[in-house]
Amino acid sequence: MSEMLQVTLRQRAPIPLDAEIICAPGELLALVGPSGSGKSTILRCIAGLHTATEGEVRCGRETWFNGGVNKGGVNLPPQTRRVGLVFQNYALFPHLSAVENVATALGHLPAVARLARSRELLARVHLQGLEERRPPALSGGQQQRVAVARALARVLDHEPAVLLLDEPFSAVDQVTRRKLQGELARLRRDLNIPIVLVTHDLDEARMLADRITILHRGVTLQSGAPDEVLTRPRDAAVARLVHLTNLFEGTLRASAVSGGQPRLEWYQHSLEIERDSGFAADSRVCWVIAPEHVILHQRVRPSAGERENPLSGTLIDCTRLGPVTHLALAIDGNPHRPLAFTVPTHVATRNDLKPGDTIGVSLLAAGIHLMPWESLDERRGD
Amino acid sequence: MDWPALKLSLLLALATTLILVPLAVALARELSVRRFRGKSLVEALMALPLVLPPTVLGFYLLAAFGGNSALGQAYHSLTGRALVFTFDGLLLASLIFNLPFALQPVQRAFEAIPRDVRDAAWCCGLTRWQALWRIELPLAWPGVLGAIVLTFAHTLGEFGVVLMVGGNISGETRTVAIAIYDKVQAFDDHGAAIMSAALVAFSFISISLIHWLGKRVGRHE
Repeated sequence: MSEMLQVTLRQRAPIPLDAEIICAPGELLALVGPSGSGKSTILRCIAGLHTATEGEVRCGRETWFNGGVNKGGVNLPPQTRRVGLVFQNYALFPHLSAVENVATALGHLPAVARLARSRELLARVHLQGLEERRPPALSGGQQQRVAVARALARVLDHEPAVLLLDEPFSAVDQVTRRKLQGELARLRRDLNIPIVLVTHDLDEARMLADRITILHRGVTLQSGAPDEVLTRPRDAAVARLVHLTNLFEGTLRASAVSGGQPRLEWYQHSLEIERDSGFAADSRVCWVIAPEHVILHQRVRPSAGERENPLSGTLIDCTRLGPVTHLALAIDGNPHRPLAFTVPTHVATRNDLKPGDTIGVSLLAAGIHLMPWESLDERRGD
Repeated sequence: MDWPALKLSLLLALATTLILVPLAVALARELSVRRFRGKSLVEALMALPLVLPPTVLGFYLLAAFGGNSALGQAYHSLTGRALVFTFDGLLLASLIFNLPFALQPVQRAFEAIPRDVRDAAWCCGLTRWQALWRIELPLAWPGVLGAIVLTFAHTLGEFGVVLMVGGNISGETRTVAIAIYDKVQAFDDHGAAIMSAALVAFSFISISLIHWLGKRVGRHE
């Protein structure tokens, strides 16, 4: 517990911040938000490259920053914070070889030990044989590895320390990205320090992170396990940020059909939901359902799942994207907000799906997630 | 050939370069990262010697250095020497009129270093001084080299300000450029031609040498 990274930050300018993040040793926290949401600024605050008006940055027992109303007055310079930072464009020193770049971060070792240690770290990121090359002679993926090795050089064998990664995969092509993501996943298993990964890519966060913190306009909105945050958002704003497009309004009604258990009233439909939704009967709610919880009623081979919340509607879009086909369905009685989901392309082909068809779907009760009500109509363009 | 004049020119160019370039590096480093009110005014003021006629600059420096001026009197009480018509005054004037030639290439070079690279140096644990010495200066080296070449060459060639502030005293303020003017005034075309050719050859050799040295240093081997 004592080696946790705990950060609270508040400021009004240059970009507003009201952020709170916590990351345990050995944990990888993904800080996710659209561009301009303040992700990099938070990393810079942790590293000591930017000073927020108010807040606290604690790493283990050390306080790196404590400023604001009660003026603790602590603000350590970047040089004395044990931070390994991988910059978005790597920020390698172009006039130094790979091995010298890494050795630059090893000032805490005696001079004679630096080059050997630097080679060891480069080997760890699979760069044997390229130690003497300068960054301009390395590929994008190789430069990223040098940047990771340089960041590790600063934080390994020292506690408390944190590893910060600022969109580390955004500047490489997709094949290299998958490879580097795999390497990070393997590398982090041996690291017992907090790791904060900044990304705007939800899939990347879901693949790599133990926990996710959603950030929007400088405000941390929700933190939790990736599946929790991505399928059970706290409110409609988070739902939009995690791209849950099946976002609707409804009303909870007590019902005799489900043995007194409330049901979700949505237009003329009455949907079964999970117990203990936390909302009282007759309250208005917003709700989401992730596309994977929408099940197509197959025309050729009906299945048992169709008993759960069956609905029918008109297919208004059917777009094939390789192995998956994206469908948009105008549910009967609700033509304005279509329900989006995907099916494997072979299923779409076998069922001969095309726009204009009338099809049936089931909404799995376990996938229906209720949130506090807010009007969804006037909020546009977010 | 006026050897004392050539020696004086070289001494002036060398002293100006040695004093001014380190100053320019310090100043350029600050100007490239800091933002403050009136920054453009400060930059415009320091670029003024680029556009002013040398006689105008020389006139103001003469007024500022004169025995009745505060600066002139302060210098006299400290050293017992005057600032006008002496090598000391000539050197000070040379530092002032060369400032933009030394500052601008270095400032552009520092500005071209991405902020992230400097930040990365600090995050690697380098102190500001280590970061300047090991990361920023090597990256800004072409600009520093440009400053050295421009300052040296421009000092060798300056005529107007030297004449206004230094006058024409052999061994004290008479530089090659002024000696050539003297020869022409005295209808000694032969003497002027020899000295002009010598100045051309010498300037060419010294600039080539500096370039060559600079490239070797810039390779960081």
